[in-house]
Amino acid sequence: MDYSERLENVAVLGAAGKMGRGIVLLLAMEMADIGLKPEFRSRRFVLHAVDVSHAMLSGLMRYLREQVQKAAEKRIVALRKVYADRADLVDNSDIVRQYVNDVLDVVRPTTMLEAAAESNVIFEAAPENLDLKLQLFARTASDNPRQPWVFTNTSSIPIEEIAGRARLDGRVMGFHFYNPPAVQKLVELIRAGSTSDDVAAFATALCKNLRKVVVPSADRPGFIGNGHFMRDLLHGVAEVDRLAKTMPFVEAVYSVNRVSQDFLVRPMGIFQLIDYVGLDVCQCILAVMNPRLQGENLHSPLIDRLLSQGVRGGQHHDGSQKDGFLQYAKGRIAGVYDPEAKRYVPVADFQAACDARLGPLPQPAVLWKEIVLDKAKDARLTQFFGAFKSMKTAGAELALAYGARSREIGLKLVSDGVARDADDVNQVLLTGFFHAYGPINAYFG
Amino acid sequence: MNKLRRKVYMTAGYNTVSMGTGRKEFHPKKPRPGLEDYIREAGQGTLKQVGGAGNIDEGVIGNFMAARFNNQGNLASLIPAIDPGLQWKPCVRVEGACASGALALASGIKSVLAETAEMVLAVGVEVQNTVKAIYGADILATAGWIRERKDGHAYFFPGKFSDRAGAYFEKYGRERTRRAMARWYRNAIENARLCPTAQEFSNTTADLEAVALSEPNPSTFVDYLNVFDCSKVSDGASAIAIASEEGLRRAGIPTSAAVEVVGIGQAEADLTIAPPDPTRLETTRRVVERALASAGITVGQLATVETHDCFSIAGILAVEAIGLAEAGKGPDFVLDGQTARTGRVPFNTTGGLIGWGHPTGATGVHQAVTIWEQLTGRADRSQIEIPKDRPYGLTVNMGGDDKTLVAIVYRRG
Repeated sequence: MDYSERLENVAVLGAAGKMGRGIVLLLAMEMADIGLKPEFRSRRFVLHAVDVSHAMLSGLMRYLREQVQKAAEKRIVALRKVYADRADLVDNSDIVRQYVNDVLDVVRPTTMLEAAAESNVIFEAAPENLDLKLQLFARTASDNPRQPWVFTNTSSIPIEEIAGRARLDGRVMGFHFYNPPAVQKLVELIRAGSTSDDVAAFATALCKNLRKVVVPSADRPGFIGNGHFMRDLLHGVAEVDRLAKTMPFVEAVYSVNRVSQDFLVRPMGIFQLIDYVGLDVCQCILAVMNPRLQGENLHSPLIDRLLSQGVRGGQHHDGSQKDGFLQYAKGRIAGVYDPEAKRYVPVADFQAACDARLGPLPQPAVLWKEIVLDKAKDARLTQFFGAFKSMKTAGAELALAYGARSREIGLKLVSDGVARDADDVNQVLLTGFFHAYGPINAYFG
Repeated sequence: MNKLRRKVYMTAGYNTVSMGTGRKEFHPKKPRPGLEDYIREAGQGTLKQVGGAGNIDEGVIGNFMAARFNNQGNLASLIPAIDPGLQWKPCVRVEGACASGALALASGIKSVLAETAEMVLAVGVEVQNTVKAIYGADILATAGWIRERKDGHAYFFPGKFSDRAGAYFEKYGRERTRRAMARWYRNAIENARLCPTAQEFSNTTADLEAVALSEPNPSTFVDYLNVFDCSKVSDGASAIAIASEEGLRRAGIPTSAAVEVVGIGQAEADLTIAPPDPTRLETTRRVVERALASAGITVGQLATVETHDCFSIAGILAVEAIGLAEAGKGPDFVLDGQTARTGRVPFNTTGGLIGWGHPTGATGVHQAVTIWEQLTGRADRSQIEIPKDRPYGLTVNMGGDDKTLVAIVYRRG
């Protein structure tokens, strides 16, 4: 079975979730694109989009329709050539409509998990819960005589463990998209010891066709991305615990969030990032990593506490941010959650005092959004971060400690063999987290 | 063309803002004025200067494709919406793609010549930001022959003029031509910065020629043009009064506050026939020759020109078609600074289609308004000096790929 034959029947489990729907979008377009090639036009391509509720599947179809239309509009020059032999498609609007139909024709939304059992390839994008994933594989892949290949979007669970417990030896691989999959360029590919060469070659070919940047990770809990992110967020939480001894909790959260954004020149502060990913998702990932990585105590009672109070983060269906550690109004941070009072305290009440306590940014200030694409950013960042050392302000000290910890985490990923080298670690943070510089750098060395 | 049998003037010009990307107040997702709002603003702007609707005998409106951009037909019937005083007056709507505006002028001129009207209100309008650019390209493609659409580029007209640019590069050299196209862009934006209604009025790019020299990207756009070579998607309207001496007298306007139409050339080329030589604008050449002949002047007597630079290459080809440079020498004329506002024949002094904007059906009228402003000293910061020994202005408005053409020669009344 070659690449295109394998893609003739695909299933995505958890298709309507925030990761699943992006994966469905990318795969459905790839499958439709193959089906539109003259030599494949007689073949049928089917993608079973499996999820638990019809309401979510309706949302998935709406999302697909909008996103495929946007993609078709962007690719109109190429699509006119694809449909050159269709005399009935004249205007761009005809061609966009046809392409949307052709892609949606591939997708079979369903709540029947068994539909996936006829697939050659199964992508799994269920919540980060091993037992749930094992149940899904048991009903679709484990003893399936078709021996489907399984690609799990897990961001933390070791693949060899899945292979063993789900009886998927040789035919399972980690295929970790970043959120949202249709936009984020990065894919972490995780080969278990048992993964066959054919499965790995297919994954590599698919990534190439999806125009993804691939970073291979060793099969260790959390891989590279969460290996860095979880330890990085725990550093932020520990700093909050420390600062909260001398200032109100909400001020500690605000300060660490601000330092990890403005002082470290990152796209968002650490607590905003936790909210973006979702506190529940972070909790699941930590629950996977902690028991498998003895001696590091990868656990956050603070996140557990907020979740027990119903504070979850994550996104609304329109992509807007739900409240978590922070409260958002029109995309801006408006408040910080106080678990004692169980309410959000407006940042306006304490922002000025906190900013004064942190001290100024070095001048000339460097903003993430203006530097991220700047080819000469290294010199500017060297100057900016270099200034911290002589500043002796609370903000500079927090930033130096934060940058040093991030670097330490990155180096450990290399020395532990999770990443091949520093470049891979930096690539994951640059591409998957949109950082302007990698954690393994000379600024904080 | 014969000499005009009666003196015809234009006066009381008015332009709305050319709205679209580049304007600070433009936001694609927020509500914007509609077709009738633009018509009303421009029409009222002219009526105010001519003593009201009572002095208007007829109305004419030029528009290309409101039927598709705005789902609106029967546009002549929107002229009375400008002012209750226009109710029951004879009005007509004309369409000739991007030359609809100048066809409206030609129609008004003929009414005055025919003595059915002493003063005609001419309006041009287009509101195009109702659809995304890729669907706007479908609508604008109807200015070409529909049977060519299927094999045409997604961006049909950029594709057509990209092909012209490619042919020109091949025949006369790419590097110098591209530099001239970049200079054309710079001149357009620098002129637009002097005109508050221009779409590029707030353009702050420091090195305009450098951005204009960006390499074209055929995978997302066309082979030989980049976006800076193209006019933008615009919403806007322009209006002007076309009058006889009697019409001006009735409105209390001295002839010195008007421009006289001293020559006109108008022509159609067969829509179903491709241009025989893509490096030349043959229809443009013919109408300008005709307009200059009917005015009894030579090209050397022109003080300023408003030409239809829907694309930078169209501007350069027009320089040659008008007769200011020989075939293949248009780029030199531009690079020598002759078309700049300080040059011998300043072109497009409020930015032209690339700088001021290109609300398609309004463009021909906008060109006349700019010439009226320049020749009567009303151009404010855009004002250029009009030499006494060559006091003439020329407008060239083109519909489609050199198909529908109107050229008009003016001098101060």
